[in-house]
Amino acid sequence: MRPFETIVKTAAIVTALFAVIPLGTAHAEGKLTVYTYESFTAEWGPGPKVKQAFEKQCACTVEFVAVADGVALLNRVKLEGESTKADVVLGLDTNLTYEARQTGLFAPHGIDTTAVSIPGGYKDDTFVPYDYGYFAVIYDSEKLKTPPESLKELVEGDPKQKIVIEDPRTSTPGLGLLLWVKSVYGDKAGEAWAKLKDRVLTVTPGWSEAYGLFTKGEAPLVLSYTTSPAYHLIAERVDRYKAISFSEGHYLQVEVAAQTVNGAKNPLSAQFLAFMTSPAFQDAIPENNWMYPAAKTTDALNPAFETLVQPVKTLIFPSEEVAKNRKAWIDEWLAAMSL
Amino acid sequence: MIAIRSFRPWVGACALAFLAALAGGALLSLASEALRGGTEGFAAFDSYLWRVARFTLVQALLSMLLAVAFAIPLARALHEHPAFPGRALILRLFALPLALPALVAVLGITSIYGRNGLLAFAFSSLGMDTIPNIYGLPGILLAHVFFNLPLATRLVLASLDSIPSDYWKLAAQLGMGGWARFSLIEWPVIRRNLSGIAGLIFMLCITSFTIVLTLGGGPRATTLEVAIYQSLHFDFDIARAVSLTLLQLGLTIAVLLLLGLTGKPADEGFSLQTTTRRFERPGRAAQCVNTAIILLGLLFVGLPMGGTVVSGLGADLARLMSESIVWRAIATSIVLGAAAALLSLALSLSLVIAREYQQSRRRTVSPGLFERSLDLGASLIMVVPPIVIGAGWFILSRHAINPFSLAPVMVIGVNAAMAVPFAFRILRPAWDTAASRHNRLCLQLGITGWDRLRLIDWPALRLPMGVAFAFAMALSLGDLGTIALFGNDSIQTLPFLLLQRMGSYRTQDAAGLALILGVLCLLLMFAADRGAASLARQDNARDG
Repeated sequence: MRPFETIVKTAAIVTALFAVIPLGTAHAEGKLTVYTYESFTAEWGPGPKVKQAFEKQCACTVEFVAVADGVALLNRVKLEGESTKADVVLGLDTNLTYEARQTGLFAPHGIDTTAVSIPGGYKDDTFVPYDYGYFAVIYDSEKLKTPPESLKELVEGDPKQKIVIEDPRTSTPGLGLLLWVKSVYGDKAGEAWAKLKDRVLTVTPGWSEAYGLFTKGEAPLVLSYTTSPAYHLIAERVDRYKAISFSEGHYLQVEVAAQTVNGAKNPLSAQFLAFMTSPAFQDAIPENNWMYPAAKTTDALNPAFETLVQPVKTLIFPSEEVAKNRKAWIDEWLAAMSL
Repeated sequence: MIAIRSFRPWVGACALAFLAALAGGALLSLASEALRGGTEGFAAFDSYLWRVARFTLVQALLSMLLAVAFAIPLARALHEHPAFPGRALILRLFALPLALPALVAVLGITSIYGRNGLLAFAFSSLGMDTIPNIYGLPGILLAHVFFNLPLATRLVLASLDSIPSDYWKLAAQLGMGGWARFSLIEWPVIRRNLSGIAGLIFMLCITSFTIVLTLGGGPRATTLEVAIYQSLHFDFDIARAVSLTLLQLGLTIAVLLLLGLTGKPADEGFSLQTTTRRFERPGRAAQCVNTAIILLGLLFVGLPMGGTVVSGLGADLARLMSESIVWRAIATSIVLGAAAALLSLALSLSLVIAREYQQSRRRTVSPGLFERSLDLGASLIMVVPPIVIGAGWFILSRHAINPFSLAPVMVIGVNAAMAVPFAFRILRPAWDTAASRHNRLCLQLGITGWDRLRLIDWPALRLPMGVAFAFAMALSLGDLGTIALFGNDSIQTLPFLLLQRMGSYRTQDAAGLALILGVLCLLLMFAADRGAASLARQDNARDG
């Protein structure tokens, strides 16, 4: 039967195609394995530049292994446990560091992090920040002439002016907004959500869906980052999408990297973490990851970054508090939003 | 004779074992991991979960009812007009929604029915200030019907095509009216296949994720699939994920069994002719109604696709097509899709052959457990979320081999399994009809084994095999779940690339890639039809 022959042939071709993918072996001579998320290693992401710059100074090869996002990254490391092939894990955020530390799979970095500068400061013996950003509500200035100027105005404003938000059960920005509201409203967060509910057009599983609906013109407001307008300004030369500075301040997201216990045996791991805080790495952040660099870059940032919203106040919960209350706070959100 | 034919149940058993191992292996490995990790017990069945389960069922049942209810008149109209202008193109277009990633379909739907869509534009230019609001159950149903109406139409049409043309000849001679034709000829055939078609659509809708959340308007619209994703991804609570998956499986089985009771299997007719030649001349009124039905159906399915095409044309297609990464993604998608489709075809055919064999051998009226498993069990793979299969096999394989090298195998295996329910439904009517016509004759003439396959079965199967292949491949082309899970960016398929660009502000690129994906799928459908047509021609030439 011909179909079966074709199956065998196709299977052989497929096997041959993928057999050439190098299998990562831990700490081979001069090799560093970095687990990260996909948008970091995309061809327009910081990954390719970072790899090139580090390989130039370490005489080694860097292998990136990419998973969907920061949460998937921690899951992957948890699943692999002590036998993980990762030397360095890059792309966790501060909401995850407590859980990550509890796994016992990460080792202290042992490097000098004085070059790092994060709003509000960040000191940790295991996790090293490499960039940060603020959550923000972005508005379409062609659709909305008077955007809300505070979280309070957003919550209590005209429910006809819709906003698209992300789901805290499935996405990082969704969790970000949840924490933002919690840090502003505290015990009254549930009531705030119940009011905001009428203004929420829909709650999407991830950032892509929300931003897609927003740029399609479905809603004039969307939850994203203060740096989003920079992309439109620099890459598209479009200035219609603007972030709103909320008078209560903005919630901060800090992205960090750490070496694993396995990776600590590889001298390249600590070398990479130190390199991460140098301009050679940081140069790749602003216009590739669309976040703020966590340390000095070689040149000043593109002037478009000057035009972005500078939060009047930085809001952030300690990682441990988030880990311990996340479930209760999500339940509170669910109850208020399902009324 | 029996010795020669008795391999048939074994092929079916092998296919079933493959599917069971794929899903069961993953669930078992997750369950053992959960027990080892000492997560506190399995999911508590709280009021939240109860609400989620109820909503999951309600939206899936409503979507199924709507899709099937609209599909029957549409399929009838298409069947009555074999010469309707552009009919072949319409049928090919109807395979496209399957291949579209959910996010692309959602954006296509909002471009028509959204607050800034075509409908809103039409309202405002008519001077009305109504803004359409689809977010909530209406939006979910709209999207599910958009996805499943074309599929249901093609499947109902396929069962109408299996009606022997003698019936039509006779109906024309007897001067049967539209209603008599429907109730005496069409409905019995449709009803026989309806539980299978409805079951398939139900399973497709019960696992809906992106559509339900994005168009659902808020967390009231949450499916079990969302809860499973949440528990495995965000909470990393494996025990809960396993028990939710089992709950989803259990609910699906319960509903499908209830549905299965409504369909009464009957024997097919014995006529040899299976071309769709209709002898009656529909009256002018009937023609107008049918044309209106076809046009409405085409508009409903075509408009959101048109929206996708318009945004796709706005992309810098020349630049996209000059990127080597895009070409690599196209090649990867085709290779993986074709491999998955072939495997799927082999699995489905094995199941179909074994099922028919069991049915023809049994002396009892109701099918036994094995026969039922071949039928229903094979479909259940669809309601095991790919994220669960992926995570389970990741855990199983992590100590043995590098899980990343398993990725292409998993992608092919899971996609093939997910396409089985489609291919099974396309192949089964053709095989069963052919078998009921030929079994006794072959037995009498002593035609067995290879000769029978080559001379008797293959000619009857070629056409549905081509269609099943194209459908399975279209389904695999649009798949994302499995690949995203293994997160190996050395296998970048077209939908992967699309979502990656979408996720980093490159909306225009994503729209362009969606267009490329759609064109690729359309070409595939053309190729499948052409291939089938040329085979049929060769056949006619040889016979004549």
